[in-house]
Amino acid sequence: MSLKERINAANEEAFRRIVAADPVLVDVAPASEVIPGLRDRMILHSGPPVTWERMCGAQKGAAIGMCLFEGWAEDAAAAERMLGAGEIALEPNHHHATVGPMAGTITRNMWVWVVENRAFGNRAFCRQVESFQQFGDHSRDALAGLEKWRDVWAPALGAAVRKMGGVPLKSLVARALLMGDELHNRVVASSSLFANAVAPILVDCGLPREQVVATLYYAGNHPFLFLGLSMAAAKASMDPARGVEASTVVTAMARNGTEFGIQVSGLEGEWFTAPSPRVHGLLLPGWKEEDAGLDMGDSAITETVGWGGAAIGGAPGILNFTGGTAEQALAFSRDMRTISVGTSPDYLLPALDFAGTAVGLDIRKVVHANLVPVIDTAIAHREPGHGIIGGGIVRPPMECFTKALARFSEKYNG
Amino acid sequence: MVRTTVIRKNRYLDSVFLMLVARRIAAQPGIRDASALLATEANRQVLAGMGYGENGRDAEFAAAGPNDLVLALEGEAAAVAAIAADADAWLSRGPEASPGAAREPRTIPEAVSGRPDCSLAVISVPGEHAAREARLALQAGLHVFLFSSNVSVEDELSLKTEASKRGLLIMGPDCGTAYLGGAGIGFANAVRRGPIGIVGPSGTGLQEFSSLVHQAGSGISNGIGTGSRDLSDAIGGISTLMGIEALEADPTTQVIAVISKPPGTVTTARLLERLRRCAKPVVLCLLGAECGAIADLGSPLPGGDPGTLRFAGTLDEAVCLALGALGLPEPTQLRPDPEALRRQAAAVIEKLRPEQCHIRGLFAGGTLCYQSQAIFRGAGLVVHSNAPLQGMQELPDPWVSREDAFVDMGAGLFVEGRPHPMIDATLRRKRLEQEGNDPKVALLLLDFILGAISSRNPVGDLLGAIRGAREAAQQRGGQLCVVASVCGTDGDTQDLQAQTRALQAAGVLVFPSNAQAAAFCREAMKLLAERKEGR
Amino acid sequence: MSVKIEDLLKNRPVFINVGVRAFGDSLREAGHEVVQLDWSPPAGGDTRLAALLDDLL
Repeated sequence: MSLKERINAANEEAFRRIVAADPVLVDVAPASEVIPGLRDRMILHSGPPVTWERMCGAQKGAAIGMCLFEGWAEDAAAAERMLGAGEIALEPNHHHATVGPMAGTITRNMWVWVVENRAFGNRAFCRQVESFQQFGDHSRDALAGLEKWRDVWAPALGAAVRKMGGVPLKSLVARALLMGDELHNRVVASSSLFANAVAPILVDCGLPREQVVATLYYAGNHPFLFLGLSMAAAKASMDPARGVEASTVVTAMARNGTEFGIQVSGLEGEWFTAPSPRVHGLLLPGWKEEDAGLDMGDSAITETVGWGGAAIGGAPGILNFTGGTAEQALAFSRDMRTISVGTSPDYLLPALDFAGTAVGLDIRKVVHANLVPVIDTAIAHREPGHGIIGGGIVRPPMECFTKALARFSEKYNG
Repeated sequence: MVRTTVIRKNRYLDSVFLMLVARRIAAQPGIRDASALLATEANRQVLAGMGYGENGRDAEFAAAGPNDLVLALEGEAAAVAAIAADADAWLSRGPEASPGAAREPRTIPEAVSGRPDCSLAVISVPGEHAAREARLALQAGLHVFLFSSNVSVEDELSLKTEASKRGLLIMGPDCGTAYLGGAGIGFANAVRRGPIGIVGPSGTGLQEFSSLVHQAGSGISNGIGTGSRDLSDAIGGISTLMGIEALEADPTTQVIAVISKPPGTVTTARLLERLRRCAKPVVLCLLGAECGAIADLGSPLPGGDPGTLRFAGTLDEAVCLALGALGLPEPTQLRPDPEALRRQAAAVIEKLRPEQCHIRGLFAGGTLCYQSQAIFRGAGLVVHSNAPLQGMQELPDPWVSREDAFVDMGAGLFVEGRPHPMIDATLRRKRLEQEGNDPKVALLLLDFILGAISSRNPVGDLLGAIRGAREAAQQRGGQLCVVASVCGTDGDTQDLQAQTRALQAAGVLVFPSNAQAAAFCREAMKLLAERKEGR
Repeated sequence: MSVKIEDLLKNRPVFINVGVRAFGDSLREAGHEVVQLDWSPPAGGDTRLAALLDDLL
């Protein structure tokens, strides 16, 4: 078999695994109990590996926040000293079957969504999504949101989910796509569908009334609730496609605010990185371009599995993020098809005549067409200590893909 | 500078849409800052912190809640007032629609997945990329018309081998013209469909042949271009042989014409062997083959030919033979009387000054340049050329003519980074002006090629230069004899009749074909040579 | 003889035009179906990468 044929066969296999995925939410649990290899005094973060010195402002702020949340440090200055002294281990979420939004920081007492891919038996994890600490805000108020999640919402949701025997996410995601979600920055429909599904069981879990009411209110009104689920579902769907010999399919795209990194199935274990790009988009009132940090977060796992930018043409509510028109957003989704192995049989876009979303980014096609994926994302501040400041569209650096292609060629054609 | 807020009670708009509204308003002249938000407590606090709400004195702002919208404006009083007065319009306007609906596919596989019924890729990308695209097309199961030149022989061979393996036809590289399934591809003329099939590497040869067939009242079934190198021994005629097989099987084809320069030695044998066992009558037109060589080719196959193989030395002859094979009468205008041509030439020669003794041919069509050389060589005349036929002399500097010269303006360095002279006449016009300034030039031989993609007015492009050159010659006391042929049909958008008349009105001698224009020039040059010897 | 070639000669071809738009335009004007490619040099014109792709894609 020629190398080209091997690659095509390998990519078909990777594609088959991705579309066969059957993600089911099975629990919400403390990270320490579920995430493999998560030790004490360790912070998992988004993106490729990074040292404290090279970490961007927002991620540093989030790491400080986690030290305070865990009680490892008395105050921010002490936390910064500990981190600077290397007393806290820093590892990428992706090395632990985990993803996290924006700074993506996860420690032992952060509760995580647990999604099981029932087609393959693997599990993936994602932390709470909120608008402050994950953007680098480590204030008391920001940490209060994490504590509420830990003490009230997450345990209640976990109880309900376990009582339900799990919440199948595949059909929920498919429905949400038809309702105008793209599962990255637009998760309004999926969040509502999820809240509706959980509510009656949550009421029936025998939990204190106050906790139930607070959790129902949280689940029913959090416009980004489902992002944590879609990320975990995407991660659980993608992981079985890792390590397919000779496959050029991208298994992860992740950013830490300093570097953008991608991983490739046939080059398992390696990262291909380039400086994080600037996000083009809209800023919340009071913020200016020069305040914005660079692209950050593991949330681009959604684009890897065929949501987010790949589905943006079907998400009219978010079109303005592109600063353009419905037609341009449709073009983004078509662009993704140009550079992918195939289209999903399950995740359909009504705006594209119910065509499936693009699945299985192929580094060869990306380089050949000189066309990188489209990612729609949020914007953090470049300095520690702030919440969300905006959102927009970002394209990964082509350098990640050309580096991966060169390495692939060296490994398989050398 | 003023700040004001506009409240819209009980109105919900998506927050991202509101951000866009704010950005659009902020871009208006006189506006310094604008925000559009749901009036949640948190948002009102942010706005208050930015100085809105008159320190809590604005009761409407203070009373607004999460079901209300707030538009906060800062800037020059008049500008702010104007936006505030028109707030609802600003809150309802979507983004401008973009022109250009469905995006074009970027790659061949993508195009094929969108249109699985695609059958033929027409490729004209720069040469360095051409082989790659052709390979992608073959892999996608497409036949290929490859216009691009500058493709290496190795690439051509591997492409053709792969095409042959896949049962696909690859026309080119360097293929200018094809007629397939009723479509004229590339430089093609509006010829009617009919019983004559063509295959061969000569682009303008295919055009001239098919136009003459059309003018004679018949038509073309399919015309398969193969690229200029196909019949070289390096390639071995892979596409030509596949084309012959296709036309042999094609029920609409009754006669097959093969038009080419002389093939490589090995390939000639292979081609002849194949043509001799062709079930249909074949006309083989080898432009520039030695007369003796053609005669040698004529020896019959042991056991007799199933079809009938006929040989032609010019395109006109090929047309006559093809029509003859169909039992149609030969068009008289394609078999001119040499004596008549000689008399016509003699009349022209008389008006020339003694130093006028050279011919310059400037060709848009490479095959026509080649055919003209062949016609000259047949009379023992030698010209210089940048694309010399065997026995002719290489023009040392293609940019400058010397003595008698035929220049293929569509060759190599003339088209590097420039459109072909059939599309853009700039270089040929400049060259024509250059030749017109040479007092030794007696005859100018030109071709004009109509059809799709060609210039909208090929004659018009050169007419001024032709008039200028003729006037300059007259001012020198002589006469410049401009001889031309127009390749095309009454169906071409450029209008064959109009183009011909325009030339005639400028005093150009127009012949029905390149072969005849060249034959006239040959007679004129023979007379000039006799005149020189006589003196 | 290849069925594909037989079909090519018998039916009206549906074209993909890769490169100079005039080729596609003239076919479209003549009533033929043409898919125009938005072509650009592979790998953005980087010949080193394009050469790598030749072996892989």
